[in-house]
Amino acid sequence: MRSVRALAVTAALSLLAFSTTTFAGEPKQGGILRMYHRDSPANASILEGATYSVNVPFMGVFNNLVIYDQHIAQNSPDTLRPELAESWSWSGDNKKLTFKLRQGVKWHDGKPFTSADVKCTFDLLMGKSQQKLRQNPRKAWYSEVDDVTPNGDFEVSFNLKRPQPSLLAMLASGYTPIYPCHVSPADMRTHPIGTGPYKFVEFKANESIKLTKNPDYWKKGLPYLDGIEYTIIPNRSTAILAFVAGKFDMTFPTHITIPLLNDIKSQAPNAVCVVEPTNVSTNIIVNSSSAPFDNIDVRRAMSLALDRKAFVDILFEGQADIGGTMLPPPQGIWGMPKDKLETIPGYGPDVNANREEAKKLMQKAGFGPDKHLAVKVSTRNLAEYRDPAVILIDQLKSIYIDGELDVVETANWFPKVARKDYMLGLNLTGNSVDDPDQSFYENYSCGSERNYTNYCNKDIEKLFDVQSQEIDTGKRKQLVWDIDKKLQEDVARPIIFHARAGTCWQPYVKGITIMSNSSYNGFRYEDVWLDK
Amino acid sequence: MFAYLVRRLFLMLVTLFGISIVIFFLLRIVPGNIVDILFAAAGYVDPADKVDLEKQLGIDQPLVVQYLHWIGGLLHGDLGYSYVSEKPALQEILPRIPITARLAGLALLFSASIGIPLGVISAVKQGSRIDYALRVVSLSGLSLPSFWLGLLVLTASVAMFGQMPIFNPNPQSLGEAFATYCIPAMVVGFRSSALTMRITRSSMLEVLRQDYIRTARAKGASDAAVNYHHALKNAILPVITVIGIEAAFLIGGLIVTETVFNIPGVARFLVEAIRWRDYPIVQNLVMLIAVVVVSANFIVDMLYAVFDPRIRYTD
Repeated sequence: MRSVRALAVTAALSLLAFSTTTFAGEPKQGGILRMYHRDSPANASILEGATYSVNVPFMGVFNNLVIYDQHIAQNSPDTLRPELAESWSWSGDNKKLTFKLRQGVKWHDGKPFTSADVKCTFDLLMGKSQQKLRQNPRKAWYSEVDDVTPNGDFEVSFNLKRPQPSLLAMLASGYTPIYPCHVSPADMRTHPIGTGPYKFVEFKANESIKLTKNPDYWKKGLPYLDGIEYTIIPNRSTAILAFVAGKFDMTFPTHITIPLLNDIKSQAPNAVCVVEPTNVSTNIIVNSSSAPFDNIDVRRAMSLALDRKAFVDILFEGQADIGGTMLPPPQGIWGMPKDKLETIPGYGPDVNANREEAKKLMQKAGFGPDKHLAVKVSTRNLAEYRDPAVILIDQLKSIYIDGELDVVETANWFPKVARKDYMLGLNLTGNSVDDPDQSFYENYSCGSERNYTNYCNKDIEKLFDVQSQEIDTGKRKQLVWDIDKKLQEDVARPIIFHARAGTCWQPYVKGITIMSNSSYNGFRYEDVWLDK
Repeated sequence: MFAYLVRRLFLMLVTLFGISIVIFFLLRIVPGNIVDILFAAAGYVDPADKVDLEKQLGIDQPLVVQYLHWIGGLLHGDLGYSYVSEKPALQEILPRIPITARLAGLALLFSASIGIPLGVISAVKQGSRIDYALRVVSLSGLSLPSFWLGLLVLTASVAMFGQMPIFNPNPQSLGEAFATYCIPAMVVGFRSSALTMRITRSSMLEVLRQDYIRTARAKGASDAAVNYHHALKNAILPVITVIGIEAAFLIGGLIVTETVFNIPGVARFLVEAIRWRDYPIVQNLVMLIAVVVVSANFIVDMLYAVFDPRIRYTD
C-alpha cells in the first residue's frame, strides 16, 4: 500500500513538474522590458540613421514590407517573412516585384495604412519626393529601382531597371521601415509614428527612450510586453554594473566585448549570454592616390605583413572571424570558404613566410633595414578603432614600416578621409544586410560615397552587376567568392577581421534572438516576454 | 555700499558680455560642426545634402550674423533650437538645471559641513593621531579622481549589497532619494571637502597663534568658545573664498560624476552637446555656468563683509 502511495505521489509530482515546464514555456503578457542604451541617438528616424543605436530602440515602432524571421539567427533569403506585405511575386523578367499588402493595418495615430505610404517611403528614400530626409545614407540601395507604383490601395510594385534579387534583402533590413505619408520627416525624427507593436512615448536625449504596447497591433495578441524602456548610459562600466545589479533585464545588443563578457559571467552567473558576429569588419583604408601607397608592391607588402590571428587573439580572445569582404561562414552566407580564403596572399597560416615575401616587396620598392618607411596610421578616437590600429603599427614594423598613430576626432574623421588627407587609415565597416550588393556597391564601386579609397576597377564593377542579377544562389555565390578574392588581391581595402560581440539578458527574459550576420535587423521584439 | 553694488553689477554684465564673445568664437574654432558629425555617423559625406543642412541650421551665415542672432534671441529669452533634438534649447536645458543644482548644492553642503569641522579639529589637535589621520583623509580626497571614486562606490555597492545607486528621477523612498543624490554628491564633494579641511586647518593654525586667542584663554573662555567663536570666525574668510572657487570648479567634477552615476543633469548634457557641436545648447549652457560663477564670486565678496566687520565696501 505504501509503495502504491509513493508511486502516486511520484506520479503527481512528475505531472506537476511537467505542467510547470509547459507553463514556463507559455508566453506571459505584461511587464516592461528594461534595457540600457549605449548612447543617445541623434534622432528617432531610422531612415535617416546610420547606426544601430537608432534601430534597436525604434525598430519596434515600425513594420517593413518583409522582414527577416526574428527567431532565426542567420538572415538569409530563406528566412524572409511577410510583414506589411502578405505576399510578393516577381515578374517573368525579374524586373518587377509586386507586393500584396495587408488590409486593416492602422498607424499609431489611427489612420489607415495603404500602398500610398509605401510609395511615399520609397520616394523619400530615392530622393523623388518634395519632402526630404535630412540625411539619406542608403539612397544607393535603390539605385536600380526605377519607380514604385501603387495598384489600388493594397498592392504596390517596384519596377526595376534590371533584375536585382537582393532587393528583398534590403527591404527586410531593420533600416527599411515603412513611414506614413501624412507625417513629415521632421516629425518622424522627434515623434515617430509607425504600425509596429510598440508606440513611441518619449525620447529624452541622453536620458531615456520609452515605448508602450500598441493595443491595436495588427498581429492579435502581440506584443506580450506592456512596453520597453531604454535608459541611456554611455558609460559602459556603469551600464554593465547596473545590469549585474539587476537594474536592467538586458544589455544593449552586441555591446559587450569578450573580456567584459567574462566579467559579467563571473558576477551574474545566471545571466544568459551569447556571442555572435556583428558583420562589422575592421579594415585598412589605403590612400593609393599618392606615394608610397600608389605602388601596388607596397600595398601588397602591407597586406602580407598582417597576422590576422594575432588581432583576433589579442582583442577577442580568439572569438572573432577571419575573412574577406563578406562575413565568413558558417554565420555569413556569402563569405569565402576557408580553403579558398587561404589561397589569397597574406591569408596563409605561415605568417613568417608571408612577411619574408613582404620584405622582398618592400626592398623592391626601395625600402629596407636601413631605409624605413614612415607612415601615419589615422583612425577615429574610439577604442574599437584605436586598439587594432596600435596592433597594426606593431605588425608593420616587421616589414620596415614605422607607423605613427594619428587619432582623429569623430567629427573630423570622414571629412579627413574624403579629402584624402591620410596615408593609412584603420576603419570599421558595418554591413546592415548580409548581401554582396550592399557591400560591394557601397564600398568598392567607382564613385560611391562610401568608397573612401576611391578604388575603381571597371572589370570588377561589371562582375558586381553580373552577380547582382544572378537568380541562382549557388552560381551567385561562386561569382561573389571570385570577386571577393580579387578585391583582397588588389588590396582594395584589406580586411583584418570580422568582430564578434556579446549580449546578455536575465534568465526570465524570453524570446530574444540575436542575429548572427547582422546587427541591424533583429529588434522588433514583438514576441519577447518576461517569465516573472 | 550701494554704489559698490551697482559698480559690481555693471562689471558682471561686462564680464558676461566678454564671455559670450569668447564662448561663441571658441566654439567655432573647434574643428567640425553638427553637419560633419551627422555625416560622420552616417559614414558618408554628400556635399549637396551638407550644404542644404548647413543652410537649414543657419550655420552657413557669417559668424557675426550668427552671434548677433544668438545674443538678440538671448535678450528676448529665445535660446534657439537644439540642432540635435530640434526642440527649443530652453525646453532641453530647464528640466536638467534642478538636478545639477541639487547635486551641486548637496556637494557644497557636504564639502562645508565635513571640511570645516574636521579642519578645526585637525588644527586644534595639531600633531595628534587624529590630526595625522585627518590629514591622510584630506590628502586622499585631493588625490583620488572622482571618476575612479565613483566607479569604486558603484562596484562596492553591487558587490556588497547587490544594489546600485543609479539615478531614479522619481525616488520612492528616502533610501532611494539618498542613493540618487547624496551618494553622488558625496563622491563629487569629497575632493572639495578635503580642500576645505586643509584650508580651514592652516587658517585656524594661524589664527590660534594670535595674541587675542591667548587673551581669551587667559580670561577663562572654554575651548569650544575659543575655537568656534573667536578663532573660526576669523579663520573662515579664506575658507569662504575656497568654497566660492570650488563652486565654480564643481561643474568639472559634476561632468564626471553625472556620467559615472548616469545622472541626466546639465553637466553631462553639456559634454554630449559639445560632442555633437550643438551650438545653441553649448552656448547657452556655458553662459548659464558663467552667470553662476560670476554670481558666486559676487556672493563671496558680499559674504566677506558679513563675516568680517572690518571689511566695508564704501566709496
